Amino acid sequence: MSTQLISLATAGTQVGNPALNIAIFGVFVIVTLAIVVKVSRGNRSAAEYYAGGRAFSGRQNGIAIAGDYLSAASFLGIAGAIAINGYDGFLYSIGFLVAWLVALLLVAELLRNVGKYTMADVLSFRLRQRPVRIAAAISTLAVSFFYLLAQMAGAGGLVALLLGIEGDWGQRAVIVVVGVIMLFYVIYGGMKGTTWVQMIKAVLLIIGAGIMTLWVLAKFGLNLSSVLGEASKSSLESGGKDLLLPGNQYKNPIDFISLSMALVLGTAGLPHVLMRFYTVPTSREARRSVVWAIWLIGLFYLFTLVLGYGAADLVGGETIKAAPGGVNSAAPLLAFALGGEILLGIISGVAFATILAVVAGLTITASASLSHDVYNTIVKDGKATPEEEVKVARIAALVLGAVAIVGGIFALGQNIAFLVALAFAIAASANLPTILYSLFWKRFNTRGALWSIYGGLVSAITLIVFSPVVSGKPNDPVTGKSPSMLQGIDFHWFPLDNPGIVSIPLGFILGYIGTVTSKEYNAAKYAEMEVRSLTGHGAEVATHH
Amino acid sequence: MSNDAQPPVADDRYTELQNSAEFVELRRRFRRFVFPMTAFFLIWYFLYVLLSVYAKEFMGSKLVGNITWGLVLGLLQFVTTFAITMYYARWADREFDTRAEALAQKMGGAL
Repeated sequence: MSTQLISLATAGTQVGNPALNIAIFGVFVIVTLAIVVKVSRGNRSAAEYYAGGRAFSGRQNGIAIAGDYLSAASFLGIAGAIAINGYDGFLYSIGFLVAWLVALLLVAELLRNVGKYTMADVLSFRLRQRPVRIAAAISTLAVSFFYLLAQMAGAGGLVALLLGIEGDWGQRAVIVVVGVIMLFYVIYGGMKGTTWVQMIKAVLLIIGAGIMTLWVLAKFGLNLSSVLGEASKSSLESGGKDLLLPGNQYKNPIDFISLSMALVLGTAGLPHVLMRFYTVPTSREARRSVVWAIWLIGLFYLFTLVLGYGAADLVGGETIKAAPGGVNSAAPLLAFALGGEILLGIISGVAFATILAVVAGLTITASASLSHDVYNTIVKDGKATPEEEVKVARIAALVLGAVAIVGGIFALGQNIAFLVALAFAIAASANLPTILYSLFWKRFNTRGALWSIYGGLVSAITLIVFSPVVSGKPNDPVTGKSPSMLQGIDFHWFPLDNPGIVSIPLGFILGYIGTVTSKEYNAAKYAEMEVRSLTGHGAEVATHH
Repeated sequence: MSNDAQPPVADDRYTELQNSAEFVELRRRFRRFVFPMTAFFLIWYFLYVLLSVYAKEFMGSKLVGNITWGLVLGLLQFVTTFAITMYYARWADREFDTRAEALAQKMGGAL
């Protein structure tokens, strides 16, 4: 069906027209930069830099949340996973979606009512400030770092595919360019600018994926059943797997249960998602944001289902695996197969925009935590002026941008859905237990928080390091490379790809044991927190409308 | 034993409200809605996950055309997620917000 595509892709040259791809991406960058400059005038106060003045409506924030959440992992990673592994790839998106109910029912509104700028505001509210803030800041940075790596790896994969450059200076240069543009959004635009970039990107991404979905369906007579049937047939004919059956990606049931736990419990512990709830004026608007986000994200995942199976037939699993960028290139290759170089250019531009917007959201979150939690509380003993905090946040963003760029260069070629799943595992193990205990358990105290955060964080990261994701997977017969991060070395002893099934319960249990073995308890502060969280009394207000 | 979290400005007013019948009722209503709902969707989600890994034959079996049971149950996860979202939003708008606001009013303006 696509011999031209196969020859192009396997020859390692570019697909489509690089000049056109760059031009479309360039237009997005110029338009968003202009908007960022326009909306961000006078972005001086801390509430403006960190929370966009809390003046976004629930709908705007919901769209921005979708823009923040539908990362390169969702678009490129899930579509690729479905194209190669079928049903197992679809399971990712279900976990990612259902997870939003945890945020909606248990976290979003209460957090909005209690906190100010960061996740640590809520976690440390009724506990000892210094140790809890440091712990929350460390886990914020860890989660954001893994998430950043995933996005930058996606950027590298796209570059490889679209510009036909792999592993040389050209590819690195593009990552640097992506990093620098992102830094401008964050440093100049703050949360307001970043939010606008995310909204624009969300709209483009959902429309782009929607058009491709309709296009694929139209090719199969608007019949989902025949998309699935043809995809499975193509896959089997070319020596691939039956894409309709479960178990292609996860041979080990425990591995998949572990991943599912991380996905469904991770979202409500992602610091960059939580921070978005501070950008709306009230908890009611925070609720509306999540409602909008759930609809948009759910719709998008339904699109990726069709796109993944569509790519399996119209592009073919072998072609996708052999293409530069590997599994992550399924969606762009499908765009090329459908609409030639123009659709490829548009979809690639959208994918780049996706990466930019998500990286910007992560960077602003990590920089806010460094400034508000570490610098203000630890260095300045809570006495930093808002101007000082914002200045430090901007410097922190610069440093984090550099880290993202360097990390991106090293993370090239990694499966981004995997990397994101690891970020989710850390968020679910280190952050979620403390968030829930803090909001709902009267007795909870500092020792419980510290044991839970550090226990969850250290166990999750340790298990990842010694998992097959990092070393020791057998080589793939098609690419001749091991799917592990490191090649030619094997020091894994933990059998699962995702640590969730061990580290998440551990985070909860350690939080419980830590709490009951310490006598500390601040009744007055708990009364304030509980009253504020449920009634919205004393919640931070919007700076302007 | 207390800690170094900043003491609330209106110390006893918060404690007083926390112990008031209205607040206890608000908290009870909130928890009675969100806890069982959370239990429900988590059980339903993990049931689906377990079926996907331990009942592969059933999940891979075809219901209509090439639509498998796994796909149908997966799409039902989308349906229940959307339904719970709308149900909660309606409940919170109608049942919860007015009560919460009344209590916030009772506490007085910003401290």
